[in-house]
Amino acid sequence: MIGPPTHWSVAQTVDRIRRGVVSALEVTEAHLARIESRQHLNAFISTTPDEARTTAASIDAARAGGESLGPLAGVPIAIKDNILVSGVPCTCGSRILRGWMPPYEATVTERLRRAGAVIVGKANCDEFAMGSSTENSAYGPSRNPHDPTRIPGGSSGGSAVAVADFQSMAALGSDTGGSVRQPAGHCGIVGLKPTYGAVSRWGLVAFASSLDQIGVFGRTVADTKSVFDVIRGHDPHDSTSMLLPPERPIPERLTVGMPRECFGDGLDADVRTAVKGAADALRQAGHSIVEVSLPHSQYTIAAYYIICTAEASSNLARYDGVKYGHRTDTVDDLFSMYRRTRAEGFGAEVKRRILLGTYVLSAGYYEAYYGTAQKVRARIAGDFARAFETVDCLLTPTSPTVAFRLGEKVDDPLAMYLSDIYTTSINLAGLPGVSVPCGTSSAGLPIGAQIIGRPFEEHIILATAEVIERTTSLVGKQGA
Amino acid sequence: MTSKQRYEPVIGLEVHAQLLTDSKIFCGCRSAYGGVANAQTCPVCLGLPGALPVLNRRAVEYATRTILAVGGRVNPLSIFARKNYFYPDLPKGYQISQYDRPLGAGGTIAITEDGNGISIGLIRIHVEEDAGKSFHPENAGDEDTTLVDMNRCGVPLIEIVSRPDIRSPRQAGLYLTRLRQILEYLEVCSGNMEEGALRCDANVSVRPVGESAFGTRTEVKNMNSIRGVERALAFEIERQTRLLQSGGTVVQETLLWDEKAQTAHPMRSKEESSDYRYFPEPDLLPLRIAPEWIESVRASLPEMPEARARRLVQQYGITTYDASVLTDTRALAEYYEATVRHFADGKKAANWIMTEVLRVIKERGIGIGDFPVKPEALAELLGMVEAGTISGKMAKDIFERMVASGQRASEIVKSEGLEQLSDDGVLIAVIDAVIADNPGQLAKYKAGRAQLLGFFVGETMKRTQGRANPQRVNELLRERLGAPGG
Ligand SMILES: [Zn+2]
Repeated sequence: MIGPPTHWSVAQTVDRIRRGVVSALEVTEAHLARIESRQHLNAFISTTPDEARTTAASIDAARAGGESLGPLAGVPIAIKDNILVSGVPCTCGSRILRGWMPPYEATVTERLRRAGAVIVGKANCDEFAMGSSTENSAYGPSRNPHDPTRIPGGSSGGSAVAVADFQSMAALGSDTGGSVRQPAGHCGIVGLKPTYGAVSRWGLVAFASSLDQIGVFGRTVADTKSVFDVIRGHDPHDSTSMLLPPERPIPERLTVGMPRECFGDGLDADVRTAVKGAADALRQAGHSIVEVSLPHSQYTIAAYYIICTAEASSNLARYDGVKYGHRTDTVDDLFSMYRRTRAEGFGAEVKRRILLGTYVLSAGYYEAYYGTAQKVRARIAGDFARAFETVDCLLTPTSPTVAFRLGEKVDDPLAMYLSDIYTTSINLAGLPGVSVPCGTSSAGLPIGAQIIGRPFEEHIILATAEVIERTTSLVGKQGA
Repeated sequence: MTSKQRYEPVIGLEVHAQLLTDSKIFCGCRSAYGGVANAQTCPVCLGLPGALPVLNRRAVEYATRTILAVGGRVNPLSIFARKNYFYPDLPKGYQISQYDRPLGAGGTIAITEDGNGISIGLIRIHVEEDAGKSFHPENAGDEDTTLVDMNRCGVPLIEIVSRPDIRSPRQAGLYLTRLRQILEYLEVCSGNMEEGALRCDANVSVRPVGESAFGTRTEVKNMNSIRGVERALAFEIERQTRLLQSGGTVVQETLLWDEKAQTAHPMRSKEESSDYRYFPEPDLLPLRIAPEWIESVRASLPEMPEARARRLVQQYGITTYDASVLTDTRALAEYYEATVRHFADGKKAANWIMTEVLRVIKERGIGIGDFPVKPEALAELLGMVEAGTISGKMAKDIFERMVASGQRASEIVKSEGLEQLSDDGVLIAVIDAVIADNPGQLAKYKAGRAQLLGFFVGETMKRTQGRANPQRVNELLRERLGAPGG
């Protein structure tokens, strides 16, 4: 008995489709049915059943014609709704882009399609990826499959829910300050944020360009890696995307650092226990655990919010009602059109960040805020570089707590910002990070451990995560 | 303060020059002028969500060429920045430009005013993208309608910022003329102000003569010819001077020049944005330029106008004035030198080109590139005069026909039998007939009216339809008529 296709791994699925055990269309139908029956979790802003069936049928036809199939042939995938799929509306979770139809395709989705992946829909997200709970979506919040009264994490919450709840086999999200790793942790799945420049941002709607990176959700490390392998690599459309350097062999005995600053006050006891358990698992597998220090950690959140809001205020200027998206009905003159369009189109969190970003960049404040934040950013990157002189990777909690309840922090933005305390510094430093399940809380909620690596050493952090996964995997334990 | 106080202007110019690259600065769209509105656009230059810029190497090369040609310094590391402001024809809500780390710094533009050499310093040359164009069509039925053409979005520009070294509208005009000439020589910009390929904004202030501190300055925009710049500056200098002389103060503001009304009026405050919130463009890496690359660009620089003029004087023995006229544009200098390659007398060639060729070009309002008589054809015509095949006078007629028909001189001469008559037998027969038919004039000549020789020459030329070699006609007539009074 091999169970329903929704619960298979990527490798199993591709293998079974190749061997003709199952058709790609059957796999797709199983997922579409699951999506249909699980709408209360609000994982998707839009679904693409027709295109999914067409793609699946073409894979089946290719197989019947004796053609070789791609590495993700027939694998149903959800795409965060801030990544463009040509001909499918892209909202970024915002009213201002409701119904906007992109005339071109993201590099990552093009690569997924070429590998045979089946796109089943656009996943829900915080508006323009700003948030830590997916409550800032103009299309309603997503819900955590482990406890629907709780948030799934943000901002790629819809993608995490789709994967954790078996509505898609894998998903793409975007991670600007933890938006893939944090919801992965809260939903009990794997979430990889690659090195800045390892994956093309062409077709990713920008929030904060110097921090944004497209990431992957999978239920296992292996699933996650198989999707990452397809989307990674240099893209001439993105000047910041890099040629991947040759891979350093994975050391047989890893030295894993635990930054002491990540285990201080504010860390939930259950989370502390679970992450220490992950360290034990690594130790038992023969790897060594050492304590390291990241002395500038305390400045991370401040530097992060200055840089990301500055860039966001500029990136979001294009939504002005002139060319596409929402335009106000009541127009007196040009500037009132801008004002009303943006007042009506953007939600509270986006407005808050645009205002903050505009302020920190304005004449007379630039050096005090943005200039200082860039200096802090360099110090933070320096902390990591020093740590990596002695360790292969770092182990931290993904989040200080388990998933909180819907509405619990909506009125307290600063408390909300602190939920990304362990993830944001990785974006500031441009490093790869992965969240892997490492246990559950006393209430049965998932806890994630984060492994951080040197630039372009995703293979090493994934291998490390796999060790933890072997002892603490939650796969199959989610609500049915 | 006395109302008789004299003031001198202090002017700095900011010139935007559109680079002649085939494609735009951050995408592959064509950057050609004109074209169906919004047809030359893509997600990048439209600033669609998710699109990213990729720098056009050729634009950097053209900018580098310009920096080197004016003696500026190419910074090995320059940074693109975002200049943030809202405007309907600015699709991203920011313009990608360079701010505190521009590509080029320093350099000078040399001008000559009334024989005096003046050097205008440059502060910087940086690279940026153009915005689109807004139209307010009068016949759209709705006076509030604005149409936007994004074809210009992402067209590569360089901004050349001068020091406030300019002291008169005339110097400003000379500076612009010189700058346009340099850009044209480098083949990096068409220099066409009407098409917006060269745009100029001016910073103007006035100060009491002898004072070294600057007065409050205003910025004047929207001038679309060199004459327009001169007029706008004259207007603004006059306005500021009168204001100060009457005890007023100059307010720092931006003025738009209205060419029709010949006045400048303040820009509506909403169009003005003082805080651009510059910050480094995170979608582009810092631009690093290798010294070897700079040297290879330097090695590819063409001979610049001043150097070329000096060489022409030496090589072809023409005057300094002639050389400066002939090197006015690179194309004209090429034309001259191509002509001289086929016709060795540099002075004669220079005279012809400066009088006949430039006259036709001016009449027709065309560029030398569109002139129908190619250098080899002109050289052939001059060679025929030199060889005595046709007269100089006839050459001018033939030249007009070459211009009109595009035919070669040799074809016209041959098909119409216009070769010069130098055969003595034929000429003597005609001369004898002229003498025989004018006994009265002959008698007067014999009586001592020597100037009547011209009459006989004229008659002979008339009867040969101008084909006779006038010099030989003169000689033969003297022989036949003998000495006057003799
Ligand atoms: Zn374009």
